[in-house]
Amino acid sequence: MRRAGDLLGAIYLVALFVFVFAPIAASVVFSFNSDRFPTLPLGSFTTDWYARAFSRPELWEAIANSLLVAAVTSVLATFIGFATAYTDFRYGFRFKQAYLALALLPPTMPLVIMGLAMLAWLSQLGLSGTLRGIIIAHTVLATPFAMAICRLRLSQMDTTLEAAAWNLGAGQWGAMRHVILPFCAPAIVSSLCLTAAVSFDEFIVAWFVSGLNRTVPVMILEILQGNVDPQINAIGSVVFLTSMTLVVLAQLMIFRRRRHD
Amino acid sequence: MIDRSGLYRLTWRLPLLLWQGAFFVVPLCFMAAMTFWLVQNYRMEPAFVWTNWQRMLGRAVFWDAYWVTLWRAALAGLIASVVAFPASYVLAFRMGEAGRRFVLLCLIVPFFTSFLVRAYAWQVILAESGPVNAVLGGVGLGPFTMLNSSFGTMVGYLTLVLPLVVIFQTWSLAAIDRALIEAAWNLGATPVKTLLRVILPAARTGLLLGAVFAFIMSFGDFVSPAYLGGSKPPTLSILIIDTTKSGQQWPRAAVVSVMMIVTLFATAAAALRLAYGRRG
Repeated sequence: MRRAGDLLGAIYLVALFVFVFAPIAASVVFSFNSDRFPTLPLGSFTTDWYARAFSRPELWEAIANSLLVAAVTSVLATFIGFATAYTDFRYGFRFKQAYLALALLPPTMPLVIMGLAMLAWLSQLGLSGTLRGIIIAHTVLATPFAMAICRLRLSQMDTTLEAAAWNLGAGQWGAMRHVILPFCAPAIVSSLCLTAAVSFDEFIVAWFVSGLNRTVPVMILEILQGNVDPQINAIGSVVFLTSMTLVVLAQLMIFRRRRHD
Repeated sequence: MIDRSGLYRLTWRLPLLLWQGAFFVVPLCFMAAMTFWLVQNYRMEPAFVWTNWQRMLGRAVFWDAYWVTLWRAALAGLIASVVAFPASYVLAFRMGEAGRRFVLLCLIVPFFTSFLVRAYAWQVILAESGPVNAVLGGVGLGPFTMLNSSFGTMVGYLTLVLPLVVIFQTWSLAAIDRALIEAAWNLGATPVKTLLRVILPAARTGLLLGAVFAFIMSFGDFVSPAYLGGSKPPTLSILIIDTTKSGQQWPRAAVVSVMMIVTLFATAAAALRLAYGRRG
């Protein structure tokens, strides 16, 4: 009885995984498949879609834009996220609840609304249509993730460690540099990876504010608005590979140490 | 003058306030103010008029989109919760700590991968002559039209929210005190009774939070209804994009946004009260 139940449960879990990961797997499979409208049985193996997609100069431009935006966003978001996590860890103050709400609220806001609000506000500042505009918006969206990762790491730290450093004569800045930052290093690297992935995949806000400076996902969106084009699978597979690598790296950084602690 | 310790404190406290203040709070407030502005010759001009509100809220298109979006997002929250529950149950009660953590880490990955490309992959998979219909045709069924329908939209919503719902549910189920469940068994409760009277109430917070997050994400999602649902009928997110991109009617799009935010806040507040309120 128990065995049968376990088996059913396992099958259910696998089915759910198949549903969640089917589009990712399908995208990779179709990217190497010769049919324009893929079906079963599959057509022949080809790398043609990759060759076509990557021979477009605008794709390389978009990749350069995406990498730049993701890199700057990850540094900014990680700094702000770390600072916020440390503030929450170290200090109690009035309105702390509101402060934390501000820190964690952005991901709950629909991206379409963020896109419109950012477009309107950045236009007022003369920043819409620039890469700086996208960086600003992505930093807003990515900071909560950075804050969560750093806070998770800080919660594993012995709270007396910092005080011990002060007692041994370190100043506040010294304790930060020699105790807190080294302890948080894995979380900081992890946060850099994860926030880069957030920025690399975000397309709605980027689409609203980008103007002519397109990032990779914005370019995919614009191809999508035309016809079915298997080049998207080729570009998409590269995008998947990039963000999945970043996320897995992020996970390895924060969860690796735990086993030994 | 601030002393050194004050400087240190502000170095860590201010970045969030400055950045999210200037680029999260202010843009949203500006958007709310914009709903009262006028558009003349394709340019926005500061004003204080109710025209945009009257125009948007007076149109049947808006209310059709509103109810469709609300209904579909609620349905997505419900379906995702029901579909996720058996998986969460297996993860929480039938799997070891290490295995569970590994599965949850795997489920976090798709959350950070391009939803746009995943939706495109569904377009291909579910197409009239796509792989799913090919398999169904092999056993003499179909072909079914799955795209450009509410079915397509729902597939998109579930792809988006299922991993998150499973994570929330598993956390709350795994946190239940096992002694509670064993006590129910010892007192002669049937499995169904144990589930309904012990497990579900004890895991209430995570179950509700999962459903609410599924609702919030589906409510605001643009990709599923546009690329898998065929934009008909339009949802609120599609309405915002159409209104913004064509005709520069930003203030009217802002009206839709404010209505969405109000709805989301009301839902979230009600759900949080239910989740953390007095146990009934």
